[in-house]
Amino acid sequence: MDPRDPVTEEEKPAFVEPGSAWIAPGHSYASVTRQISAPVLGKTSKGWMIGFAIAIILFLMLNYGLTYLFAVGVGEFGINIPVAWAFAITSFVWWIGIGHAGTLISAFLLLMHQKWRTSVNRFAEAMTIFAVMCAGMFPFVHMGRPWLFYWLFPYPDTMGVWPQFRSPLVWDVFAVSTYFTVSLLFWYVGLIPDLATLRDKAKSKAPKWIYGFFSAGWRGSAKHWKNHEWASLLLAGIATPLVVSVHTVVSFDFTIAIVPGWHSTIFPPYFVAGAIYSGFAMVIMLAIPLRKWYHLEDFITIRHLNNCGKLLLATGMIVAYSYVMETFFAFYSADKFERYMMMNRMFGPYKIVYWILIACNIAIPMSFLWSYKVRTNTVSLFLVATVAQIGMWLERFIIIVESLHRDFLPSSWGMFYPTPTDWEILFGSLGLFFVLFYLFARFLPSISIFEMRHLVHTTAEEAGVIEAAAE
Amino acid sequence: MAKHPVYGVMAEFDNSKDLLDAAHGTRDAGYRDVDAFSPFPVEGLSEAVGYPHSRIPVIVFIGGLIGCCGGFFLQYYPNVMGYALDIGGKPFDSWPAFIPITFELTILCAAIACFFGLFIVNRMPMPYHPVFNVPRFSQASQDRFFLCIRSRDPRFNVEETARFLRDFNPTEVNIVPV
Repeated sequence: MDPRDPVTEEEKPAFVEPGSAWIAPGHSYASVTRQISAPVLGKTSKGWMIGFAIAIILFLMLNYGLTYLFAVGVGEFGINIPVAWAFAITSFVWWIGIGHAGTLISAFLLLMHQKWRTSVNRFAEAMTIFAVMCAGMFPFVHMGRPWLFYWLFPYPDTMGVWPQFRSPLVWDVFAVSTYFTVSLLFWYVGLIPDLATLRDKAKSKAPKWIYGFFSAGWRGSAKHWKNHEWASLLLAGIATPLVVSVHTVVSFDFTIAIVPGWHSTIFPPYFVAGAIYSGFAMVIMLAIPLRKWYHLEDFITIRHLNNCGKLLLATGMIVAYSYVMETFFAFYSADKFERYMMMNRMFGPYKIVYWILIACNIAIPMSFLWSYKVRTNTVSLFLVATVAQIGMWLERFIIIVESLHRDFLPSSWGMFYPTPTDWEILFGSLGLFFVLFYLFARFLPSISIFEMRHLVHTTAEEAGVIEAAAE
Repeated sequence: MAKHPVYGVMAEFDNSKDLLDAAHGTRDAGYRDVDAFSPFPVEGLSEAVGYPHSRIPVIVFIGGLIGCCGGFFLQYYPNVMGYALDIGGKPFDSWPAFIPITFELTILCAAIACFFGLFIVNRMPMPYHPVFNVPRFSQASQDRFFLCIRSRDPRFNVEETARFLRDFNPTEVNIVPV
């Protein structure tokens, strides 16, 4: 670590396992290259087939739900007036939030010179891209006439009308499509050197050709690396404000309305914190099985999981603070409708959902994540992350549905009940995500190989060795 | 290339320090057309082979500037010039409401410029390159380090350059055919 860096929590001996580092000892360039590329170039494992089959089944359920929805119309969702937004928008916000941790790890931690990002950034970025794909699907299918989605984009049409550029819903279109494009480009730029490694390591013709095509003739020359480093740094620099802007704009979709429970200035930071919270929960949920199944414990160490657990704790506390403030604002505003909304949230028809949300998002994670033992035990950390993930979905459900179902006039009150289509598309979106993630883990290196080689180099340098010896 | 049937001479090293020393030594000896290859970015290597500045930052800045101006104009034009609607006397040029999209398009254009800029300055995609004719060059993307002096260099002479490179303690020296 740079001597100018302040001493971090991890550096204090009491918090570090004996001999633990960001990479297990005894690794060389060749060994990290071999270990990370082995699952990609090797044979398909039976476990992968089973997992992929389950994901495919969920994905088929999504297709079934969507086909039915497109044939019949959005009335198939449980939505109504006043609850015109429900599961689809909840899941949209949830998925896009999950994506944020990937960008945070790959971009923000790069700017902060955090070495522990090296072994988690690749699959976290993949998670971002797939989560944004799932997220983007929801507003699309929630449109009454999805085949006219291109009306959202500004183009000189024969009708002579333009999108309402002052509307956060239009900002959202730009924010999410920019986010997807930038994440994809950033991911691909990072992949190019690793694709070249796979090209050079592959034995058979087809992988050689395909990896060769996508590595675009990467030679690893000093000029290539110079430009590559600049490109990565600048993409990280522009992705960092972008990720904050995306969830801010998503929260504007709500705050711009006068609906009690939505119309609040706390929303942008509250949403961004919640997004990172659920995102880190997802990173943990993916990292733990991935390191176990692909034997990547040397690279994604317990120390990495501990750090993710700490970030989960930190962002969870911001979320908890936001809940307290939201409740306080409702009281302090002295607004009849705001106060009623908050009482209704806690004691109204959706009170069970609200209290499960409080348990999942605050009570359980906040009581367990303080423990070093819980953070460093893969089973307990996985369970806590799962609970937080469910909690974050429920949070968005409460914000959207609970705020809408009591309109200003009691004559306009209503209730929302999910339909089978709602459930099919929600769980089906998990299928879409996992199909993509399984394909990623099979055909692309889950950890950035060249950055791990660089980590081996810097670790050896710090230890006073010129270079890690050959394997 | 008929004049030079040889692309260059390439030395292989098993660690980055030897490569860096060799790169400095080659420059000091007066060679100018030199390139180095490594499996990860080695600090100071591009300076050592005479490539101190990347053009990527300028490209990204220009891309961002185009995105920023274009993004604002995209909203300014229909709201003020092309399709101005008087809604309750509200101003046409309500620029604060145009900032989010201006910001997003700045980022988008900067990122796209960065991506294509990287490909252009690195001359990618490049389906064929002579360095791959060295069989062991496939290790350059794994665990080995290479230094290549190209035949275009005025000081280049196959035998002499190969002998020169052997002084840097390489594991192997190869002649790179075109």
